[in-house]
Amino acid sequence: MHLSFFLLILLALSSGAYMLGKQKALQFTRERGAAAIHSRPGYYGLLLALWCALPSLFIFLFWTFFSDTVLTSLAINTLPESLQNLAPDQLNLMVNDLRNLVAGHVAPRDIDPVLQLAADKYNSMASISKLALGAVMFCAATVSSLLVYKRIVPEMRARNRVERIIKIALMLCSVIAILTTIGIVVSVLFESIRFFKQVPITDFLFGLKWSPQMAMRADQAGSSGSFGAVPIMAGTFLISGIALTVAVPTGLMSAIYLSEYAGPRVRTWAKPIMEILAGVPTVVYGFFAALVVSPFIRNSGEMFGLQVSSESALAAGLVMGVMIIPFISSLSDDVINAVPQAMRDGSYGLGATKSETITNVIIPAALPGIVGGVLLAASRAIGETMIVVMAAGLSANLTANPLHAVTTVTVQIVTLLVGDQEFDSPKTLAAFALGLLLFLVTLVFNVVALYVVRKYREEYE
Amino acid sequence: MWFENTVKNMNNTKHSAAYTPHDASSREESTMQRVNVGLARRYRRERLFRYCGLGAIIASIGFLLLLFISITANGWTAFIQTEILLDIKFSAEHFDVDNLSAANYGALVKSSMRQLFPDVKNRREKRKLYKLVSSGAVYRLQKMVMKDTGIIGTTQAVWLPADDEVDMFAKGRVDRDLAENNRRLNDKQIHWIDTLSATGRLKKKFNTTFFTAGDSREPELAGIRGATAGSLFTLAVTLFLSFPIGVATAVYLEEFAPKNKWTDLVEVNINNLAAVPSIVFGLLGLAFFLNILGMPRSAPLVGGLVLTLMTLPTIIIASRASLKSVPPSIKEAALGVGASKMQAITHHILPLALPGMMTGTIIGMAQALGETAPLLMIGMVAFIVDVPGSVTDPATVLPVQIYLWADSPERAFVERTSAAIMVLLAFLISMNAIAVFLRRKFERRW
Repeated sequence: MHLSFFLLILLALSSGAYMLGKQKALQFTRERGAAAIHSRPGYYGLLLALWCALPSLFIFLFWTFFSDTVLTSLAINTLPESLQNLAPDQLNLMVNDLRNLVAGHVAPRDIDPVLQLAADKYNSMASISKLALGAVMFCAATVSSLLVYKRIVPEMRARNRVERIIKIALMLCSVIAILTTIGIVVSVLFESIRFFKQVPITDFLFGLKWSPQMAMRADQAGSSGSFGAVPIMAGTFLISGIALTVAVPTGLMSAIYLSEYAGPRVRTWAKPIMEILAGVPTVVYGFFAALVVSPFIRNSGEMFGLQVSSESALAAGLVMGVMIIPFISSLSDDVINAVPQAMRDGSYGLGATKSETITNVIIPAALPGIVGGVLLAASRAIGETMIVVMAAGLSANLTANPLHAVTTVTVQIVTLLVGDQEFDSPKTLAAFALGLLLFLVTLVFNVVALYVVRKYREEYE
Repeated sequence: MWFENTVKNMNNTKHSAAYTPHDASSREESTMQRVNVGLARRYRRERLFRYCGLGAIIASIGFLLLLFISITANGWTAFIQTEILLDIKFSAEHFDVDNLSAANYGALVKSSMRQLFPDVKNRREKRKLYKLVSSGAVYRLQKMVMKDTGIIGTTQAVWLPADDEVDMFAKGRVDRDLAENNRRLNDKQIHWIDTLSATGRLKKKFNTTFFTAGDSREPELAGIRGATAGSLFTLAVTLFLSFPIGVATAVYLEEFAPKNKWTDLVEVNINNLAAVPSIVFGLLGLAFFLNILGMPRSAPLVGGLVLTLMTLPTIIIASRASLKSVPPSIKEAALGVGASKMQAITHHILPLALPGMMTGTIIGMAQALGETAPLLMIGMVAFIVDVPGSVTDPATVLPVQIYLWADSPERAFVERTSAAIMVLLAFLISMNAIAVFLRRKFERRW
């Protein structure tokens, strides 16, 4: 029996409850007239249906979260004493073996009879607990709906009760956004603290050397000093800097052209094209950077006798710049359009040309919004992953030369976490520390940007 | 700045005008002169500025064109696959009727290749010869026999997929004049290919494998079906969760939430979440969904959960804007005839705001479809051959497949990567087109 079967039964039960509740309300109207009941009949049905479904649903969710843990510990308890008293990490391994056995992922010849016993125990208990779940859910649904059914009287404020339940559900949904942020902070912070227990935080923040591979072996000299994030941050800012140098003038100029110069015809086809540019997935940009732009830059560099790395920061930065052009242009477009027409007219009235009006009146007036947009774009460039993973290098060089290969925070997170990982090694934990750093840096940019944009908007409204 | 000076001059003119009227007119003349002298320069600057703006737009569009052209030029050939016609002798001694799948199909292919080129005797050369046919050819033969055991004992002319190097050569992607050491095919092999194509045993046909197969190490056997199915499952989970939650949050914040510090916090938080790098959501998924809740790695379910958290802010912001655009008079009218607040919202405001919400959701889904980085974190980068059948099967998604193929060294994977990108872009552009269509059709100005 599949678990979704229970949910189907529950759905059938609650629709039955809806009919019952509605029928009872209709009965009242037949007996005492339509004005006798407080709410429309459907609300009585809905109330009954909700009360039928919700308790069982909570039981179901609770079971799906905790049954596995409980069952595993019960199965472990059936093992001999000697096995139960193993060190925690060995016990973990054994639990993993047990899980694999239960899922049937083990070839028959590798099966340990003792574990097989526990696995059989697990399986039998799992089927029992599933049946029990079904019974409990059924009972809860019928009992709670019966209780509510009995309490349905014409004076009952069914609509208000239903609306209160819906309102609580809506509120719970809006809490998810907060929970997400808390989840991000907690999960990243928790792993980072474990990392900083092994590597001092000052080494991480101010160390000039990054080579996480070395710390894999404890006997290696300087294994604790190789987690310095400075070259990575420098690389991140170098590439983002190149991207912004490309994107800010281009994005700003195209926003100015579109909002001040272009006629409606140009606007109707140029804006969707900019939107397409914004909608291209970053993995496509990354592929393009690695396949076309990097070789092009290397070849043209060689023509001028320059030594260009095949994973140069310039290539990744250029393509990333193109990626954020539409971002800057649409944000600047908004703020430029928000500048009141009276300011333009005033400037024209003094005899200024269009470009003079733009550079001396509109841009200064729109500056806070533009700065906010640029900051948001910078935060996006810093957090951008795929372009740099595919087009930038892996070696953490501390250099300001855009023709050299540098690495970024996101590249390091990906290389540290993709593939097999042990969860306690500083190498894996370092990725979370980098994630924390990334989150904090982008948070500062975002908060400042949102503050600036908000503050500016108040001025003209 | 020029005009500050001009204004200053004008002020001076006014002051002096009070004292000596005669002097003033000559001053005014000189101001006009100064303006006229500067005019040409200012107009030149104006033109330059304008061209700069136009140049910026043309540069962006040019880059987009360059991107599309280079992807298409690289990718269109992946929709064609070279096949080789072989006369396969299904002699009965190779087959055990009870165990048809265990027969040595490779030997059938090899013997027919030997027949075609009887003068190849050397063992090493023979191996080179066999390499012309894809290693996946045996599966096609196996399928044929399983489907119809009657062909055992007969000789059939069968089109079999060519190896990716042969395919590349036939499509002209390999330079024939390159030194022998620098190409994967040697001169002999090229000679054989030429013979095959001269005798009509080489043809190019539409590459159905690309759309029906999962991933493979062999480019000619690799397809996007697995990744597409994975993407669909992931998107289904995302849509199923993010649309109701997003709309519910938007309705609560817009219509019910009291205006206090807590609501402010939720708002700032949502705006900030919209700008958090996507890879951070991947870290959350890894630490929370995989390590704490023990959900399966590489599963579309987890991918969908992570992408839900990522797209929620987009949907919430769009839905709120859409709710805001419904004029308050509608709600007031509903309240006036005795509807409760909840009834006014569900019966009147939500239906009117729904098109805008759907547009926002489609854009959020398009964003989720193109997202790669967070999915790398939760293990959707594994090499998975099978097409996933449910949301808990290990799977990968289209963008991750593109990333994986882009990393492969084979020349033939470049065109397949580009082709996969073309498919992905086609999906994205049609989703955006639907969003634009919805907006055009249902947009109401009040």
